[in-house]
Amino acid sequence: MNLDFTDEELAFRDEVRAFLAQSLPDDLRRKMIDRRHLEKDDIVRWQRILNARGWATPNWPVEHGGQPWSPAQRYIFQEEMALAHAPEGSPFNVNMIGPIIAKFGTDAQKARFLARIANIDDWWCQGFSEPGAGSDLASLKTRADRDGDEYVINGQKIWTTQAQHADWMFALVRTDSSGRKQQGITFLLIDMNTPGITVRPIETIDGGHDANEVFFDDVRVPVENRIGEEGRGWDYAKHLLGNERSGIARIGLSKERLAQLRRLEVELSADGRLTAGERDRLRRKLAEVEVELRALELTQLRVVAADAGEGGAGAAASILKIKGTELQQRMTELAIELAGPAGLAMPEEEESGAALEDGWIAAAAPFYFSMRKVSIFGGSNEIQKNIIAKAQLGL
Amino acid sequence: MDFEYSDEQRLLRESVARFITDRYDFEGRLRAMQAPEGWSRDAWSDMADLGLLGLPFSEEDGGFGGGGVETMIVMEELGRGLVLEPYLSTVVLAGGAIRHAASAGQKQARIPRIAAGELLMALAHQEPGGLRHGPDAGSSAERRSDGWVLTGRKIAVLHGATAEEFVVSARTNAGLSLFLVSASAPGVRVIPQRGYDGIPVAEVVLDEVATGNESLLGEDGGGAAVLERVFEEANAALTAEAVGIMADTLDVTVDYLKTRQQFGVPIGSFQALQHRCVDMLIQVEQSRSMAILAALSLSQPPAQRCLNIAAAKVQIGRGGRFVGQQAVQLHGAIGITAEYKVGHAFKRLTAIDALFGDADHHLDQLVAAGGIPPGNRGSN
Repeated sequence: MNLDFTDEELAFRDEVRAFLAQSLPDDLRRKMIDRRHLEKDDIVRWQRILNARGWATPNWPVEHGGQPWSPAQRYIFQEEMALAHAPEGSPFNVNMIGPIIAKFGTDAQKARFLARIANIDDWWCQGFSEPGAGSDLASLKTRADRDGDEYVINGQKIWTTQAQHADWMFALVRTDSSGRKQQGITFLLIDMNTPGITVRPIETIDGGHDANEVFFDDVRVPVENRIGEEGRGWDYAKHLLGNERSGIARIGLSKERLAQLRRLEVELSADGRLTAGERDRLRRKLAEVEVELRALELTQLRVVAADAGEGGAGAAASILKIKGTELQQRMTELAIELAGPAGLAMPEEEESGAALEDGWIAAAAPFYFSMRKVSIFGGSNEIQKNIIAKAQLGL
Repeated sequence: MDFEYSDEQRLLRESVARFITDRYDFEGRLRAMQAPEGWSRDAWSDMADLGLLGLPFSEEDGGFGGGGVETMIVMEELGRGLVLEPYLSTVVLAGGAIRHAASAGQKQARIPRIAAGELLMALAHQEPGGLRHGPDAGSSAERRSDGWVLTGRKIAVLHGATAEEFVVSARTNAGLSLFLVSASAPGVRVIPQRGYDGIPVAEVVLDEVATGNESLLGEDGGGAAVLERVFEEANAALTAEAVGIMADTLDVTVDYLKTRQQFGVPIGSFQALQHRCVDMLIQVEQSRSMAILAALSLSQPPAQRCLNIAAAKVQIGRGGRFVGQQAVQLHGAIGITAEYKVGHAFKRLTAIDALFGDADHHLDQLVAAGGIPPGNRGSN
């Protein structure tokens, strides 16, 4: 039993570090440090740099551009990316639709889409949730009626992240209402330029416009854009949600944020901007977060080791999302507390150019409000607890 | 990085687990608790036969050369059984002081007897009116031509009443020092008490106890450094014990929720209770991760070792309290009866937090250090 990385793993870490030091553009790094909003172009630019190195889609099958990395290497890669302040790629492209097409797509679909997904030549969004189908996703009602070689889509999706940028959507639609609600769901790839699609933005409490409603009015989708079999979409969607055990807790991101909070504590104390009592309480809060983060990091590593067949604990994976999101949110809470009344003024839409002094203050509130979503999307933490209670505790 | 036990470690785990399942059921434990000594000599001799009592001592000293992981394995399984016997006091605490400080002669006279289950020892360090935890003491040891004279009062001496010999902390002119003091030496008075967790404790009064030159354990004035080391090992061991208790308590609770019927259904079908169990599971897994970290840290350099173990003690202090309280709550009234296991688990988890620095104490260590140092996580 040991927790040290092997020499090979350490060499890999150095290789990743060197690449990031050389290739991550300074302006992107600065934006990440200041928690400023990333534009579509920012994400595309970075994705293409990674793609040129062959590292844009490491979790994909090797024959489709993935890397033959061990779970430990994947963990190291994600941690180094976060510690270097590198943006994460589009989760919809890299973690969701890419692996689905690679596993369940036809040869024609693979040839048509995969390379473009990896390079973000196409920007993808996810059409799952509906006004009446959130946690109870399988009750979705958007209809797809077969008409010759096409499906005709009618209905509405909601909370569709970055649909305003999207060239394509992968969506769950209902093709049959007669059986159990999980049956009769079909997985379709929809060109967002098809007539009959309307995207309407939803303003969220962080002041952002990343969420959208998407309306379908007699939208015609060729049958060749269906993934797998008609009526089996639920199975494919479940596969997608089981992906990414090595990164779900976002340990690297939380470590980086904790380090930033520690630096702030030192700077603010030195500048006389905290009373002694405030400073002591802040230090205790930071220590408390660090203990939990340390424990979660070890839990994550146990899961990584289990996935590599080196002992560990596969079952512990179930707690990673819950605890990981709680810690991410806790970091943002501490930042907005620190910002105090100076954090009330919302940042301007576009703050290009040199980084603001105290940029973290302007970013604290939007970041705090925005991060409430992480315990809601992808199966709320309460849904996660239902799943764990049933699957792991047998309740 | 790997989390697999070696073949030997797996065998050790299986043999301790079998001992608990086959020969340490909860009813037997209750009977042992009510016996005059409060624990079972038979169980102790079983543990000696299994080789557990000599485990952490080096082979040349008459032990088996086990490290942090081996102690973690033993303590976790002993935790599952809520074991009452003086493993912590004799093997981990007094035994630890002997491993780190004793001369060859002192070791030779004790370690083989400890390993055989013949010698019971206890650490007498905590004092009334002192800090709740720390490597300092107010008891005094005065130098005489032929040895030392010890005076002081010690409390919360784990398994003090059955110890044949104490490791006593006392101040000399050179600073805090450790002494080996026979329980039968003139001037030693031992007042047995019951611990709320079932582990017997004692108050030990030292009234001008004269001991020979050979009673000094380690260097004159070197006691604090030895105690710090022993406390780290004890806290790593307690962290593992807590994991065993918490995991077992979650199992017992989940089983109860599946069988207990109210409103015509098993109460485990209620979402409020299910989510509470998941919250308990999170604490069990987080604590297990920290027990592994603590065990592997014992072979690390001091700063890292000390802070990793402090972080582990914070986690099991908080997590153990949560699991213990919720287990009682989810059982309802049966959870507060003395004949039922979860209440005893809850009490032991409460005691574990109180011993050798509680969660707040160790959090302060982390605050003072400005965080846990990065770098090697530890190996074994």
